[in-house]
Amino acid sequence: MASHPSGMVEKRGAGLWLTHVLMILGVLVIFFPIWLAFVASTVTQPEIVRPPMPIWPGDQFWENYKAALFSGVNVPVATMLLNSLIMAMGIAVGKIVISLLSAFAIVYFRFPGRIFFFWMIFITLMLPVEVRIVPTYEVIAGFGMLNSYSGLIFPLIASATATFLFRQFFLTIPDELAEAARVDGAGPMRFFIDIVVPMSRTNVAALFVILFIYGWNQYLWPLLITTDPEMNTIVMGIKQMFPSGDDVAEWPVIMATSILAMIPPVIVVVSMQKLFIRGLVDSEK
Amino acid sequence: MEKRVTFRGWMLPLLLIAPQVFISAVFFFYPAGQAVWQSLFIPDPFGLSTQFVGMGNFEYLFGDRHYRASFYTTALFSILVTLASMIPALFLAVLADRLIKGSGVYRTLLIWPYAVAPAVAGVLWLFMFNTRVGVVSWYLGQLGYDWNHVLNGSEAMGLVVVASAWGRISYNFLFFFAALQAVPRSVIEAAAIDGARFWRRFFTIVLPLLSPTTFFLLVVNVVYSFFETFGVIHTITSGGPQQATTILVYKVYSDGFVGQDLGSSSAQSVVLLLVVGLLTVLQFKFIEKRVHY
Repeated sequence: MASHPSGMVEKRGAGLWLTHVLMILGVLVIFFPIWLAFVASTVTQPEIVRPPMPIWPGDQFWENYKAALFSGVNVPVATMLLNSLIMAMGIAVGKIVISLLSAFAIVYFRFPGRIFFFWMIFITLMLPVEVRIVPTYEVIAGFGMLNSYSGLIFPLIASATATFLFRQFFLTIPDELAEAARVDGAGPMRFFIDIVVPMSRTNVAALFVILFIYGWNQYLWPLLITTDPEMNTIVMGIKQMFPSGDDVAEWPVIMATSILAMIPPVIVVVSMQKLFIRGLVDSEK
Repeated sequence: MEKRVTFRGWMLPLLLIAPQVFISAVFFFYPAGQAVWQSLFIPDPFGLSTQFVGMGNFEYLFGDRHYRASFYTTALFSILVTLASMIPALFLAVLADRLIKGSGVYRTLLIWPYAVAPAVAGVLWLFMFNTRVGVVSWYLGQLGYDWNHVLNGSEAMGLVVVASAWGRISYNFLFFFAALQAVPRSVIEAAAIDGARFWRRFFTIVLPLLSPTTFFLLVVNVVYSFFETFGVIHTITSGGPQQATTILVYKVYSDGFVGQDLGSSSAQSVVLLLVVGLLTVLQFKFIEKRVHY
């Protein structure tokens, strides 16, 4: 988004400063919960349970993060991070691969049942996993896929957004390229691997950012199917760290875990900002 | 739109499309069909046999005071989340749009919360308002206000709304900002020459031009608050106190998994399915408009 050339309606002087001040205030308000979580992850438990807690970081950073990563509450957070990473990567890569293939089939071939399959995939756009949790759970349990990575990943791959995005994109690839490939005697798979996939690079990357975050941030599904703490993902595992009953929660460790849970998606979003925004706008259109 | 140039053969495309069709069938169509089927039956308490009851589950559902209350809760919740996430986002986007320099820095900072999972956002806000250790609730106490979302239904609702809206501000900001940048400068400058001040220009020119984006965001945010806020509610209130924050998706979960009432839970899934269908139709209608804009 390039900034537009300086015109007569942009603010200068006092107005400009006021705009900056308001903007900074807005950013501070939005950041406050994250800042507080970070502070809480660097102080001791007694400092937190006697409110008000400090507003600046303490000196317990290493202790708290070490405690979280290597012992945690039910299971080391390092294990949960690994589970989350596998789940998020599995969902992102899985969705992209099956969508590239099916979009290629739908766009570049005429085969019996094409329209039928197209609509079949289209309908899956409409139904989030939250709506069909009980029967989907039963399917997974029936396959013996509870507490497994495949159980975490597969049900969430069944969605059509990526297929549609690739279909839209493939339709914009000039026909001359396919023509040339055919004249040269290249088969469809050659054409797919040498031309279509490389041309889709940017779309793949943008989609990857969106899907990675989608997978990483899943809550309800892992909550249902990972009863074994060893299989918990970090986002759903945080809640499991709160004691039931009247015990006091181990806030520094819990907040360190919260910070650890947001670092990977934040890095992905901030470092791939352009792709992220593009993916966001594309996948919602 | 169709391709003029295609490849021959039907085995290969069927093979290519097979993985997606298979996954959709097994993890999507079969469970969705099961939900519809199960909604017509009542299982006996031991799960050994089921009895066909037709629309019975649905009649029971809509006769249930708690279910109707959950509808009302969901409506209130989604309206509040939509407003609480769109208004600040629009305000920040207008500010950022007025800046020639620096808007990129603010944008980078503002997209952070989008990456924070709703469930993690729930934990962060729970921490601030915790009745024992929360900073905000402590300061409220100093001011003489006794905050207790564990007992007070409206405070619980307020907290889950804010926690759900928080990460959404980033999302809405990005869309509003992009839309504002696309408003033709010439139109704004013409109005400025005619003597229209900033706020007048905003309400008479900019806001109407933003309406396709606004409608789109309205629908998307309602969908979000229906289906993606489960993590916030589960971490902060678990639907309480006295079901004050039990939205429809949460009820499907608590009746189906905690209460083990499969018939009712399936019937609820079917009702939600219809709601999603309706929202999707709305979404497409507005996107249609967006294209003609």
